[in-house]
Amino acid sequence: MEEKILTKDFGLRNNFKIDVYLKEEGYEAVKKALGEMRPEQILEEVKKSNLRGRGGAGFPAGVKWGFVPQKIDKPRYLCVNADEGEPGTFKDRYIMSHNPHLLIEGIIITSYCVDIHQAYIYIRGEYEAIAQRLEQAIFEAYQKGLLGKNILNSGFDLDVFIHRGAGAYICGEETALLESLEGKRGHPRLKPPFPASIGLFSCPTVINNVETISNIPVIILRGAEWFCQKGLPKDGGTRIFGVSGLVKKPGIYELPLGTSLKDIIFKHAGGMKSGKKLKAVIPGGMSAPILRADEIDIKMDFDSLVKANSMLGSAAVIVIDEDTSILDVLKTVAKFYAHESCGQCTPCRVGTSWIYKIVRRITEGKGEKEDINNITRLAGSILGNTLCPLGDAAAIPIKSITEKFRGELDSYVSK
Amino acid sequence: MSPEFTDKTKKKIQEIISHYPRKEAALLPILHLAQQEFGFISAEAERLVAEILGVKPINVREAVTFYTMLHDQPVGKYNIQVCSNLSCSLLGAEKLINYLKEKLRIEPGQTTQDGKFTLSTVECLGACEEAPCMQINFDYYGNLTKKKIDTILESLK
Repeated sequence: MEEKILTKDFGLRNNFKIDVYLKEEGYEAVKKALGEMRPEQILEEVKKSNLRGRGGAGFPAGVKWGFVPQKIDKPRYLCVNADEGEPGTFKDRYIMSHNPHLLIEGIIITSYCVDIHQAYIYIRGEYEAIAQRLEQAIFEAYQKGLLGKNILNSGFDLDVFIHRGAGAYICGEETALLESLEGKRGHPRLKPPFPASIGLFSCPTVINNVETISNIPVIILRGAEWFCQKGLPKDGGTRIFGVSGLVKKPGIYELPLGTSLKDIIFKHAGGMKSGKKLKAVIPGGMSAPILRADEIDIKMDFDSLVKANSMLGSAAVIVIDEDTSILDVLKTVAKFYAHESCGQCTPCRVGTSWIYKIVRRITEGKGEKEDINNITRLAGSILGNTLCPLGDAAAIPIKSITEKFRGELDSYVSK
Repeated sequence: MSPEFTDKTKKKIQEIISHYPRKEAALLPILHLAQQEFGFISAEAERLVAEILGVKPINVREAVTFYTMLHDQPVGKYNIQVCSNLSCSLLGAEKLINYLKEKLRIEPGQTTQDGKFTLSTVECLGACEEAPCMQINFDYYGNLTKKKIDTILESLK
């Protein structure tokens, strides 16, 4: 049985209440960090843990924190990315509703390490019930002296606020999130400057995903070496895989990084629903290039998936069976990006809607021979030509579908 | 008549504003409150929020027209938002959307004549393990079937 870190206490009744959480080593990591460790020791430990960002990009968390300038006469901010909009992804919803204090504990340690006194949790607007649960958890933490002024008599102050989004996939992109938090449309910013130097309210800002921050307490308590052993040497810890689509047991599975995709689908998620054959898998949220059924003998970690020309992304595994038409999959993917393109960069705004129009026309039986080539060409004209990764996130999966299922797609346009 | 926030909400707004070093950052939270209180965000409500935050009405308008959860038109008492993204589509979301269209006799984006239901299709709601799923106002419903939809809709008065 693999050891669980983040989901270990999900089965405990009322684990979202602070009194229950405190009985299970809750806030021990905060006590250790604030009582016994200097910020630079924490940074060193997080760097050594090889904790990589769980939002999608997989950037090492410790390195990111290290980019925040040390001597600067400005406040610094922490933004926790709880926007969770990547289709297929629902892991952060579980962490926040079952284990909100683990996230708060991670926020306190991160903030202490980077000398931050104000943190925001940017949560997608649809998660209203979860935002309320977090509000309650934050309230309890204030009552116990774990937030606010002079936390546990350490002299460290921290306030945490919830900020609800209002329905925009783009706001999961870190600079769009900042714009949104500042009260504007979620239009991504040009990088550099990176948020670590000029972020929220033009101040140095750390932005990390919910799952990333929730791994911090255990790294402090058990140490970086222990954490690395739970995953891979260059990719520490576990990952919460969210499996959905046509499997027997959809749900979240916390497993070591490097677990095989085949095992996730056939061992953990119970195999294919209704005894059908596997056709394809999207291994890391909709933005990840699709894998064919013969490509699933693969380890699920950042580097292995890059080698397979896909990506681990948000570790959201979407399983597609033999009865599903790949054209329908392509239509859903194309519709999503056409809807969610923020409209700022022309290649993405125009390209995604053109692709969707062509795909829709094919589904209406009016496909033309050149259509698939045109879709690939349009995707290619978005790739690398936009401010933020949404353009690539649209182009890459669309290209991968047209390349890997060319025969089937051609059959829809040659009739 | 111009809309006006209740005293309780006014107090809440001041508290929210205090969370940010710049007032205008409170825009989205206040628009959520406005929508909760007025049902939708009219041009008058936009001006009211702009005045509170010391920004131009156009800045509020930009946000209202950008974020899909903010409505500049009235919506039904129950806003039925059915996920039409991939995991839900694989498990039959389209059939359910068609079923709701027939049952309510409206197209997505429309509201029933009695003002009770609005039907919308939305992108991933983040509840894919319970696909197909939908959200009615802020409540989630998963593992949907036609029968389950009937029961849910009947329970909404």
